[in-house]
Amino acid sequence: MNPLTESSLAPPLGVAVTPSMELVCPAGSLPALKAAVDHGADCVYLGFRDATNARNFAGLNFDEAAINTGIRYAHDRGRKVLVALNTYPQAASPQVWRNAIDRAAQSGVDAVILADPGLMHYAVTHYPNLRLHLSVQGSATNYEAINFYHQHFGVARAVLPRVLSLTQVEQVLEKTPVEIEVFGFGSLCVMVEGRCALSSYVTGEAPNTNGVCSPPKAVRWQETPQGRESRLNGVLIDRYAAGENAGYPTLCKGRFDVGDEKNYYAIEEPTSLNTLSLLPQLMAMGVRAIKIEGRQRSPAYVAQVTKVWREAIDNCRDNPHRYSAKPVWMSDLDKVAEGQQHTLGAYHRPWK
Amino acid sequence: MNETLRDGPQRCCASQLDPQHLKLALGPLLYYWQRDAVFSFYETIAATPVDIVYLGETVCSRRHELRLADWLGIAGRLREAGKEVVLSTQVLIESGADVTVLHKIAANGEFMVEANDMGAAHCLTGKAPFVAGPHLNIYNVPTLEWMAGLGVKRWVMPLEMGRNDLALMQQGRPQGVETEVFAYGRMPLAFSARCFTARHRNLPKDDCQFSCLDHADGLMMRTRESEGFLVLNGTQTQSARVYNLLPELDAMRDMGVDVVRISPQSQHSAEIVNLFHGVLTQKTSVEDTMQAMAGLMPDQACNGYWYGKPGLEQLVTQPEPA
Repeated sequence: MNPLTESSLAPPLGVAVTPSMELVCPAGSLPALKAAVDHGADCVYLGFRDATNARNFAGLNFDEAAINTGIRYAHDRGRKVLVALNTYPQAASPQVWRNAIDRAAQSGVDAVILADPGLMHYAVTHYPNLRLHLSVQGSATNYEAINFYHQHFGVARAVLPRVLSLTQVEQVLEKTPVEIEVFGFGSLCVMVEGRCALSSYVTGEAPNTNGVCSPPKAVRWQETPQGRESRLNGVLIDRYAAGENAGYPTLCKGRFDVGDEKNYYAIEEPTSLNTLSLLPQLMAMGVRAIKIEGRQRSPAYVAQVTKVWREAIDNCRDNPHRYSAKPVWMSDLDKVAEGQQHTLGAYHRPWK
Repeated sequence: MNETLRDGPQRCCASQLDPQHLKLALGPLLYYWQRDAVFSFYETIAATPVDIVYLGETVCSRRHELRLADWLGIAGRLREAGKEVVLSTQVLIESGADVTVLHKIAANGEFMVEANDMGAAHCLTGKAPFVAGPHLNIYNVPTLEWMAGLGVKRWVMPLEMGRNDLALMQQGRPQGVETEVFAYGRMPLAFSARCFTARHRNLPKDDCQFSCLDHADGLMMRTRESEGFLVLNGTQTQSARVYNLLPELDAMRDMGVDVVRISPQSQHSAEIVNLFHGVLTQKTSVEDTMQAMAGLMPDQACNGYWYGKPGLEQLVTQPEPA
């Protein structure tokens, strides 16, 4: 869409190569943005300081000055900045989201990441040169859905929800002209993004509506004779025995009872997605970008994860047949992973 | 094209002119039951005063007790009984095979379709009027207006939306688009590629042994304080509590809501339909009906979402289930 962006994606004249895989890294703050750029991110994605993005946490995200500084920092080094406006505009205030589109377009970002069709319509009507990416919150898991957004809004890239197997990702790629971005690393949503209201059921706030999941203000920790308890708006999410590591009470990652089976992770363990080992397959099937989750994480996390993934992508691109995920990469990533463990998630069929 | 589609616009206008006319719909069956149980369930439903019935498998493509042809058979039977029938599409479409089924439903040529995924909306755009299901995330007027241009004839409010936002939507909604509200049942809150029912049995999803058949109303997940929290229904996660907006029917009528949706359960669905109908036709009071309903609900009631609160809360005192 954006001629500048398009041309920068094209291969050099006379060289018939598929465009290289982009590394898309999170930034919840200016220091995190700089860490991402300094450690090799091709693109950095960020959000404004309000409910227009899906990491709407206190102390996080960008005001006007920070975003301008951030864009300059990235552009000076040949990197891109993407702005996530990926919650759903609420009935009482669609103007807030429209204003956010205005601010993003006028600040010169390289693309906006959207989920809501009404907002996409606004964006293409007012800023026809603004490049649109379909957010994972748009829940587009099949080519018909992705092509829907392409046909109506010229969406250039779609971020796939973390629910498809490798084969299914390939099936999507075969039938859409839209670039595909997949999650490579970070906290794992076990539910289809954009189709989960568990958090609002318990706390009144959720990703679609407020840009949060299991928000900190609903969390209570309590020491009890049975152990340390974590509660979300009063609902017991987990209880830890002495010596057990306590994790953040994301409500789908607690331990519950189902039938005779007591105290198990009925929905999902606290774990991170890590697809380093799948990189050659993802690259071969034409996945255009790898997304790293974690705008709520520290600049140190961003630096560590970006560094490992930069090295892995370069290594895989140069030697796809000899590539394997180095143990040191895996251990470096596990150090910053949720629950200090990782999974291939839905890419690996048995996970389901 | 067919009766449903031909009747659409007139019905819509009639309901907007006649504030008393709030239609009753039965949502798609969210659970997996034996084939005979499904047929007999819809036989019972055919005899109730429900106006609209949504049919089809919306949760998991592995559920095959009924194929599309079977659903179409039930659809024909219900239409003979005077019901408007809508075919609902699967919410999470993952595989090529899922897309093929979607294409067949979209091209059925006989019954209106409820799109539960934008892929379905893509297949239906410009071809036939359709229903925008509750999972399409239509949270604001500009999006509803834009979707109406694709052929949306009715939209189902997202579960999370409260009455204040609904009122705004109603003020701005485009001409000729009906509004439907999920008004009774355990709420389908989340969808996953993972099957939690199979996981409970330590089975992989691909070899789930159709475990869902053993749980006609899903599998209760409790907190470690034994409080019913969520219900595992294969790849879908539901609220344990039963959303019940029966006391809000007058408010919905005042706002110009056209349809209220009751979600099927294995027991007492026909009675629930009759109880809603009694209140809608002003034959019975809300108080008496809530009393009668208490023993028919699989769990305690909740209505938090309607008031803009956490969904599991119950803001007006109502009788506890028996």
